[in-house]
Amino acid sequence: MIIGEGKPINEILEMILKHKKIIVAGCRGCVTVCSAGGQKEVEILSSTIRLAREKDKAPIEIFETTLERQCDTEYLEQMRNYIDEYEAVLSLACGAGVQFLAEMYKKIPLYPAINTNFIGVTEKQGIWSERCQSCGNCMLERTGGICPITRCSKSLLNGPCGGSSDGKCEIDSEIDCAWQIIYERLMELDLMERFEEVEDIKDWSTSRDGGPRRIEREDLKL
Amino acid sequence: MRAQYPASIRIIKVPCTGKVDLIYLLKTFETGADGVYVVGCEEGNCHFVAGNLRARKRVNRVKEIFKQIGLESERIEMFNLSAGEGTKFVKIAEEMTERIKNLGPSPISKKNIGSDNQETVSINSNS
Repeated sequence: MIIGEGKPINEILEMILKHKKIIVAGCRGCVTVCSAGGQKEVEILSSTIRLAREKDKAPIEIFETTLERQCDTEYLEQMRNYIDEYEAVLSLACGAGVQFLAEMYKKIPLYPAINTNFIGVTEKQGIWSERCQSCGNCMLERTGGICPITRCSKSLLNGPCGGSSDGKCEIDSEIDCAWQIIYERLMELDLMERFEEVEDIKDWSTSRDGGPRRIEREDLKL
Repeated sequence: MRAQYPASIRIIKVPCTGKVDLIYLLKTFETGADGVYVVGCEEGNCHFVAGNLRARKRVNRVKEIFKQIGLESERIEMFNLSAGEGTKFVKIAEEMTERIKNLGPSPISKKNIGSDNQETVSINSNS
């Protein structure tokens, strides 16, 4: 899922400084699961904003809502009935959600309340880490299900490099060397011959190098 | 025991301090409390294993939020005591009352309590 993290409250307060009546909109998708932008975070953020503004003698009216998803027009459409009554929307969705909201409602200022960080997993409650860089050409079948693009700091296709020490990466002793764990995994799977093959230069045109990406499926279009 | 604690304290009973969510703490201040303290069981004695430890983390998070928005973080506190420590309960109540008196009223306008008097909320799992 997409992992996000709340922006510092003072950055948010600065963004909405001139507004007196806003919508704080959460999303029930990924950002709910990573506790960055769900209903609970909407409540906490709204309450914090109200307290800060009351303290500064500049009260603010907030309408709290959490949409099923902000990356689908059918759910964004639900805001149409009331959005004009407000001066701005503070969205706790990922970057995609905020942008789609902006595309749909062109006349209202929109502010992001979270930073969108990466595609990752919940390692355990309160700890998330990155697993995919959406390069657009998955090679996990050749690396024992461990992504060297994401988990190797240099995105090496034929690792490890000389910076691997005791199974850890040279940039941070907390970070596993991806190629060390690929090695261990392939050994367990009895697939060590995989290291005889040299990975070719990757075609990055399916990744960001090819510009903004788009998928069209004729079988699904209405 | 006929011990008395300050009349400005309003007690909200919860089954375990682990039930106390961040939003409950923020809402008490939004509705006009000048101070809030959470009273949980002694650490290591939680019937639900970690409820009081979680409550402390949440109280600390509210302290952080307060520091960021310029409210005094001393307005919120976490205490631990057993259900048999009535005297300690009174001492804590007096300590918090004194602390809030020194800080003065919260800059947040009072909304639902209909009074300008000092109000300290004690969220208590020891009954």
